[in-house]
Amino acid sequence: MTDSHTIAVTVNGVRTEKSVEPRLLLSDFIRHELMLAGTHVGCEHGVCGACTILFDGFPTRSCLMFAVQADGHEIATVEGLSKGETLHPLQQAMHDSHGLQCGYCTPGILMTMSAFLDSNPSPDEHAVREALSGNLCRCTGYQHIVDAVLLAAERMRT
Amino acid sequence: MKPAPFKYVIARTLDEALAAKAEYGDEARFLAGGQSLVPTMNFRMAMPAVLIDINPLTELSGIKANGVTRIGAMTRYRMLEADAGIGERLRIIHEALPHIAHPQIRNRGTLGGNLSHADPASEMPAIMLALNATLYLRSAKAARQIAARDFFVGALETVIAPDEMLTEIVVPHLPANSGACFMEVARRQGDFAIAGIAAIVTRGADGTCTRARLTYCGVAQTPFYADDAAQSLIGGPVTPAAIKQAAALAMEALDPPGNSHADPSYQRHVAGVLTRRALATAWART
Amino acid sequence: MSSRETRNFGAPIRRNEDRKLLTGKALFVDDLEIPGMLYAALLRSSVAHGELISVDVSAALAREGVVAAYTAHDLGDFWQPGPLLVPPPPIEGVIFNLRTHACLAKDKVRYVGEPLAIVIAESRYIAEDALADIAVEIEQLPAVVDLEAALKPGAALVHDDLRSNVSAHVRQKNGDYAAAAAKAAHIIKRRFAYEHGISSPMETRGVVAQWDERAGQLTVWDTTQAPVFLRNGLAAVFGLSERQVRVVAPFVGGGFGPKIMMFYPEELLVPWASTRLNRPIKWIEDRLEHFVATTHERGQIHDAQIALDAEGRILGVKDVFLHDTGAYDPYGLTVPINSQCTLLGPYVIPAYDSTFTAVFTTLPIVTPYRGAGRQHGVFVIERLLDIAAHELKIDPAEIRRRNLIPPDAFPYDNKIIYQDFAPLSYDSGNYEPILNKALDAIGYAGFKDEQKKALSEGKHLGIAIANYVEGTGIGPYEGARVQVQANGRVSVATGIGTQGQGHFTVFAQIVADQVGCLVTDVDVVTGDTDRFHWGAGTFASRGAVVAGNAVNEAALVVRQKILKLAADHFECAEEDLELGNGEVQIVGVPGRSVRLSELAMKANPMRGAVKPGTEPGLESTQYFGPPGGATASGVHAMIIEVDPELLTLEIKKYVVVHDCGTVINPLILAGQIHGGVAQGIGNAFYEKLLFDDAGQLLNASLADYLLPTSLDVPRMQLEHTVTPSPLNPLGIKGAGEAGAIPVGPLFAQAIEDALGLKAKGIELLEIPLSPGRLWQLITQAG
Repeated sequence: MTDSHTIAVTVNGVRTEKSVEPRLLLSDFIRHELMLAGTHVGCEHGVCGACTILFDGFPTRSCLMFAVQADGHEIATVEGLSKGETLHPLQQAMHDSHGLQCGYCTPGILMTMSAFLDSNPSPDEHAVREALSGNLCRCTGYQHIVDAVLLAAERMRT
Repeated sequence: MKPAPFKYVIARTLDEALAAKAEYGDEARFLAGGQSLVPTMNFRMAMPAVLIDINPLTELSGIKANGVTRIGAMTRYRMLEADAGIGERLRIIHEALPHIAHPQIRNRGTLGGNLSHADPASEMPAIMLALNATLYLRSAKAARQIAARDFFVGALETVIAPDEMLTEIVVPHLPANSGACFMEVARRQGDFAIAGIAAIVTRGADGTCTRARLTYCGVAQTPFYADDAAQSLIGGPVTPAAIKQAAALAMEALDPPGNSHADPSYQRHVAGVLTRRALATAWART
Repeated sequence: MSSRETRNFGAPIRRNEDRKLLTGKALFVDDLEIPGMLYAALLRSSVAHGELISVDVSAALAREGVVAAYTAHDLGDFWQPGPLLVPPPPIEGVIFNLRTHACLAKDKVRYVGEPLAIVIAESRYIAEDALADIAVEIEQLPAVVDLEAALKPGAALVHDDLRSNVSAHVRQKNGDYAAAAAKAAHIIKRRFAYEHGISSPMETRGVVAQWDERAGQLTVWDTTQAPVFLRNGLAAVFGLSERQVRVVAPFVGGGFGPKIMMFYPEELLVPWASTRLNRPIKWIEDRLEHFVATTHERGQIHDAQIALDAEGRILGVKDVFLHDTGAYDPYGLTVPINSQCTLLGPYVIPAYDSTFTAVFTTLPIVTPYRGAGRQHGVFVIERLLDIAAHELKIDPAEIRRRNLIPPDAFPYDNKIIYQDFAPLSYDSGNYEPILNKALDAIGYAGFKDEQKKALSEGKHLGIAIANYVEGTGIGPYEGARVQVQANGRVSVATGIGTQGQGHFTVFAQIVADQVGCLVTDVDVVTGDTDRFHWGAGTFASRGAVVAGNAVNEAALVVRQKILKLAADHFECAEEDLELGNGEVQIVGVPGRSVRLSELAMKANPMRGAVKPGTEPGLESTQYFGPPGGATASGVHAMIIEVDPELLTLEIKKYVVVHDCGTVINPLILAGQIHGGVAQGIGNAFYEKLLFDDAGQLLNASLADYLLPTSLDVPRMQLEHTVTPSPLNPLGIKGAGEAGAIPVGPLFAQAIEDALGLKAKGIELLEIPLSPGRLWQLITQAG
């Protein structure tokens, strides 16, 4: 009864072909078909931001897209953020500033805010908070995350 | 929370999309940004049998200005945000955009999708109503234009026929010496409005108000146009007393439904306060 | 310890666990992929209260991809009401009607969300499709939602075999309130309504179960906060030995209390189905389910009075309150007992008379959520003092100061019983310096001028200050095993679960100091019952206190073993040795050192004899059980600006001064407090569970139930005082819940101040508040 579509997706620079049912959410595809479980699912209705990935370079809720829509597109996930053993400056700053506790929201925050820093190299605290406001965190009260983003911005500028 | 099965049709051209919609009619939904549709599908509140994906239709995406501003239905919010021309000519759109959800949603959500979804608490329907935009509809057989004012008929309801698609939004530019302001109260930034207002006023050569439009989101079954309140401003200067009177007229005209964060009386109150504030700001911007 | 040894304890060490979490390599329950795995979905009651006539799964079974579907009747003898998790404390005259839930409703449904059937399918998508195939017949009964109405004669009964909806009735008193009231200069009586919400961790609950028939082994990966309890419970209900059941709580995405409840229906159904089908099965709660399938905390109504002398000194407090326990009461009386006890705060209250009635309703089950009832009690006493301050024309900070327990009064016995069955006795504390620090930090002295100046510019500022104490670190016990490995790394295992508290780092800090290695050389395992068999769990702000001390005890023994072995090796006295950098060195003799790795190998020799009475290895397992809870305390202070027309507000300044005894890691402590305050802000001003009269939750989504975002939580200023606990060798007190506890009264007080509400005769006696609710209260007052 299910029709399936073959899609070709470039994920973290690697091209993959898979056959998918139309209704398969992109978040489930990334996690359970590509086995990139670093992208987390928190609400499946587009509010919490845990599933944020980069879709053609833009932070996007992967729970609000179908895998079939990714055909021919580029996806970046948290697994592709570090360069080998070297953490992305934002990952490093999150560690240094204690910007994570349970860590469940962290991959979504990393994807949202690393893209933010790429286009906003010198943000102030309010701009950081505004950019972060689509990612819910229940552990940290955000303060150390904000600190981490500001620290990463400073380090990336120098 | 997984969506029910559906048939997926990818449209490579507008004609393909319209042909598919003609074929499937009410059974099918267009998949634009999907930022309102997919959550309702995940909740299984919406279970369309067919989704026609119109994301490949680059012809429907883009912003052009030639006397008017023409916005393709598939233009994503982020493109509106990044467009300097919109910032210059239709700044009220930029003022409203940060109130629409969050950056990730704006990266994907489209203007056409939002207007077609017609959520009365959403910002852009009220903005387009205030700007007196014209909406272009197409079907496989025909094309028509409709004023924003006639487009919204109820909560999540528009005049779009089962075989039609909203393809373009045409926004006239404001007359010289116009001022516009969008304000909103929501529980958290990015939430749907408890009440929001778009106020546009034009100052004539003699210093009186020659044109006024006041529209609201979140306070009725459709975006709400406060006709009497707007008319009351015309012909005189927009003084605090005139603003107060307009706000009173708007509040009188409103019959808000209430929601989980605000009872009708608070919604009406907020709408009144915002009317005063937005009008004062808009007038100061003329 | 000698100067060569680095002291990690007390330092802002970066976390060991971060790297995995930052690179997407940490294992959460939903990340498990096991060949042959099936997926579960549950059909839940859509009505709050009714006779369950029938549940027909035959159409679901016929659907392609569905492997099994079960109702209560398919469970046979496995169908049993669940266990009581926490028995009622030994309080004289306590009434407790225990009614626990079974994993699937059989004859009656008692809340929207109660499970009726489980479907097992080849994918979660198909399992959800099949839920729509199930035919359910329920004869609806009146919902029981309102606490007062629930106790009226003729109210529908949640449990038909009881004569009323009383779950529990408890009175505790100290002194003679009537006598205190008789001599009081002022008596203030008010009714308070306080609602707490849902914990809503970013990771919902989840269970993966795998029954290995050949090995006779059941493995369950679960988002639980208490893996050992769950393992023991599962072994009991499945008739297996505890060694045949392994429960793993891997990385868990936040808990905050509700993830300790046991058994959640899925925790039984998923393993049961796995044993039936001999296939691994995954169930992941979705966010919609989370709103009704995971426990809440919710509301209480307090009728409270305070008796004061002319100077504002408290003579006594009397409180009678109703507590919503939901449809069942498997967690006993923990929440209302905490409310009852924590109301006393840091104050001398010579006479206290507190009675509560816990009420069954047809709403989801109530169990502790961060703060665990303490918020409710703190709100009552802090608001009573605010009202008293206003009526007696005493400054709100001053009335608090006058009533603080003096520093020489500790240990301070409140003469009632706490949730851990021990007398409510404060181990140590020094409250006035905390208050002073908070007043300084918030700028209390200059605020009145600031407020006046702002008002002249049309800005409405308000200030607030609130005290609290928190009983933390309760027993019974935790244990830990510390072992130096032959590769020089040190392994630590403990039975508690971890949901982001930094246990992989704070326990490593404790061990690193004792055995002289780097914090990064210590590998901590929590939440795997095959790695450590004993323990209770992570709750009641007790992980660092109880497990931390157990880790310390075990590490201390390992340190002694290291010293003894090294002394034998060098043929010197133990006193001549120092530990550090992963080696043992003779003091003052550079080059004369031995690596811990080498000693670990020596401790496990291939030849020769291990002496009688000794054990191989550099290993020790130790347990720690405190005699009573350690009492942390603190003061929060806040300045807000309120829009006087819209009644929206902005937090301009937020100060926390906290005393949780000795601090292990100030960075992690700060994170705990920040997160607690954020949840407190949510509770005070954003999060409200909206039920209609039929018991339907109207805002079951994250779009409608408002968790605070980065724009709603302000930057916080933290300061500490340190009053070590005498009840454990490390002197630590718990910190996990403190941030969340006093935020409600702070909002009420600050908003009243900003808008001058008291002068208008308007008092804010409820939480949560919101702009819309403030509008109602203000307009109703005229």
